[in-house]
Amino acid sequence: MDERVAAALALLPRYLSQHVILSVAALAAAIAVSLPLAWLAVRRERARWPILAVVSLIQTIPGLALLALFYPLLLALSALALKLAGFSIPALGFLPALLALTLYAMLPIVRNTVTGLTGIDAAAGEAADAVGMTPGQKLWQVEVPLAAPVIMAGIRTAAVWTIGAATLSTTVGQTSLGNFIFSGLQTENWISVLTGCFAAVGLALIADLLLGLIETGLARRDRRYVLAGALGLLAGTALALAPLARGQEAAQKSVYVVGAKNFSEQYILAELIGARLAATGAVVEKQQGLGSAVIFRALAAGDIDVYVDYSGTLWANVMQRHDTPPADDMLGEITRWMKERYGVTVLGRLGFENAYVLAMRGERAAALNVKSIADLVPKAPQLALGSDLEFLSRPEWAALRDAYGLKFASQRSFNPTFMYRALQDGTVDVISAFSSDGRIAAQKLTVLTDPKHAIPSYDAVVLLSPRRADDARLKQALMPLIGAIPVAAMREANYLVDRNADKKTPAQAAKFLADRLHLN
Amino acid sequence: MTNSAMIDIAGVTKSYRQTSRRQDSRRQDSRGQNARDQRASDTDASFAIQGINLRVPEGTFIAIVGGSGSGKTTLLKTVNRLIDVDAGRVSVGGEEVAHIDPVGLRRRIGYVFQGIGLFPHMTVAENIAITPRLLGWAKDDIAARVRELLDLVALPQTYAPRFPSALSGGEQQRVGVARALAAKPKLVLMDEPFGALDPVTRDALGAAYRDIHARLGLTTLMVTHDIQEALLLADRIVIMQKGRILAQGTPQELLADDQPDGVRALMDMPRRQAARIADLSHAGPAAPRNRSGPGDGIGERDG
Repeated sequence: MDERVAAALALLPRYLSQHVILSVAALAAAIAVSLPLAWLAVRRERARWPILAVVSLIQTIPGLALLALFYPLLLALSALALKLAGFSIPALGFLPALLALTLYAMLPIVRNTVTGLTGIDAAAGEAADAVGMTPGQKLWQVEVPLAAPVIMAGIRTAAVWTIGAATLSTTVGQTSLGNFIFSGLQTENWISVLTGCFAAVGLALIADLLLGLIETGLARRDRRYVLAGALGLLAGTALALAPLARGQEAAQKSVYVVGAKNFSEQYILAELIGARLAATGAVVEKQQGLGSAVIFRALAAGDIDVYVDYSGTLWANVMQRHDTPPADDMLGEITRWMKERYGVTVLGRLGFENAYVLAMRGERAAALNVKSIADLVPKAPQLALGSDLEFLSRPEWAALRDAYGLKFASQRSFNPTFMYRALQDGTVDVISAFSSDGRIAAQKLTVLTDPKHAIPSYDAVVLLSPRRADDARLKQALMPLIGAIPVAAMREANYLVDRNADKKTPAQAAKFLADRLHLN
Repeated sequence: MTNSAMIDIAGVTKSYRQTSRRQDSRRQDSRGQNARDQRASDTDASFAIQGINLRVPEGTFIAIVGGSGSGKTTLLKTVNRLIDVDAGRVSVGGEEVAHIDPVGLRRRIGYVFQGIGLFPHMTVAENIAITPRLLGWAKDDIAARVRELLDLVALPQTYAPRFPSALSGGEQQRVGVARALAAKPKLVLMDEPFGALDPVTRDALGAAYRDIHARLGLTTLMVTHDIQEALLLADRIVIMQKGRILAQGTPQELLADDQPDGVRALMDMPRRQAARIADLSHAGPAAPRNRSGPGDGIGERDG
């Protein structure tokens, strides 16, 4: 079997289990909230329009944005709760994913329930009154049973949506089948992407089938169908919960949560750190694929314990500084500020830089006679810039643009993988590359120099959460990495994962890196 | 007085002003569907019924006859408070209904619906058992009562576990009658009970019900737009027009020649039809036959 298939299959039970638990919880919560809300909308005509408008409005927010919005919201709530009641709320992982998915699942349930309850034959309603039913008896004995098939159809729709949207919860640090998709997309591991997609589709089909059985049973008034569907759902949920029960034992020990942003280098470094920690006997969990802005706050809040960030990113994004001092001064300032402000420990540099650089295809750069960004300025109005999803909204781009007066004919954002493709096929002429990226050497790209030093340095640094500041085991495991990874080695490791042929998994690349640097 | 009043309606008025309708629907949570229909077809839109006085002696069968929008259904519904009155007083068994909990009141009164109104998600047995169940009867008593009622309305016991959709219209309305009688009410209200049925079934079921009415000593108030049906079934007939009572009396009294023009015109119609049918049957074998013999009652299965 292909190594990547084996790796994907090994991860499947855990991802699938987490996905099922999240989806079931979100759907259950959505049902619990939506049914009373729909009932209110039916009973009070004045409330109907606002209720339907709000749930419809929620639906128009992109799922990814809805998930991302809950992070700062919960973080603020957590701070408030800590101040008022002395406890904190986890702002990353299960809770934000659950809340966002619950909101997302509400529309079909509310709408179908309203449709179902208002669509009941008026004669049946009047008959209920005339035989002497109280409003409650009328609701439960006549209205709900008659509307049940329509309500169930809404729940079915919601279930399929929820299972699909749950893949996005990976971005807020909740493990799901989305882990396959996001890490696979970043590392161009299509087997991983397909595993995630097929598993999600399969899960959705099974859930739809079981809920469909219940719907059929309700419509035909045949208890056997309802029972079969309900038992199937229960069995599936129980199966998904089984690994969690085992996980409880592990939770007794100290668990180290290693964070990673959403690109290959981060996955590899997380694997490297994780492997070193695991070698000491520690239990390691990973929260991968986090956004640049989310991950630092997650560390500061203690949702993750350790991750690798880049000095320039911290400087500009977290500290909101716009000057570019020499690398050593900058790191000193960052270390001091992090400790003071957040209690976050900067353990040290790994030894390589992953700076934002502008890069062009070698022959194109030669043809245009462009070696530095200064050379690029007069040519830029005829050229197209491709960037990753963050670059254009980052202060580094503003600094670069203002320092040189850069103005491109067009600017487009890509997923990093597709950005390199776009450069290769000529869709764009210049990209915002990463200096440690293996594809720079592999695709024979020319990195443009930055004579004005507009972009700060991007030393890879290891950050520890406040609660791990004095953790001897963690420090002992990670100190050997400090200053040990030259950029050439990192590029090689990155390329193992990013290349198209004979791709390796991040874990394999981490092993390669450890071997090459004699870090074992 | 041998016959005390089962229903006493005195000076009852119901209008469909905006405010009263809203109060009405809030109080008893009815959809006001009929109210809306009637209002739409009524020339004098503000009053559904006005100044109604009606006494229904115990044990009688009274038919309320009138065209669409005459207010006859509204009047019927004031008795079990499906509609609350604006003015006047409605008493059932000597108690003023405005002072009785409507849920308890309705459980004491049988109600047979226009267009049948069985619960489609419940079996025949469950439909019949509904009011006894709401009243908290013991399970065995309910089962026995269901069997008894199926016999009473001449349906086979094998129908008990079937859903209404598996029955013919006539059979469904027999279940409707059984349901109305399930909790042994003294009073039965019927709103166009046989209106949705074909003429043969309608005749048979009407006669069957009249028989049950007599055997159980019921008091029945039936709304119909069919004067002929009223003449054949009722002890007394109340004729309504534009929300008021135009005339009332026994069939014989109303068929007499001393009635006002409006009543005479109404009564002439069935008479003329009967005469024409008689002429046709004298004319020979080619005459169209639109009725089978007289309704032969309880034993007959309807189509």
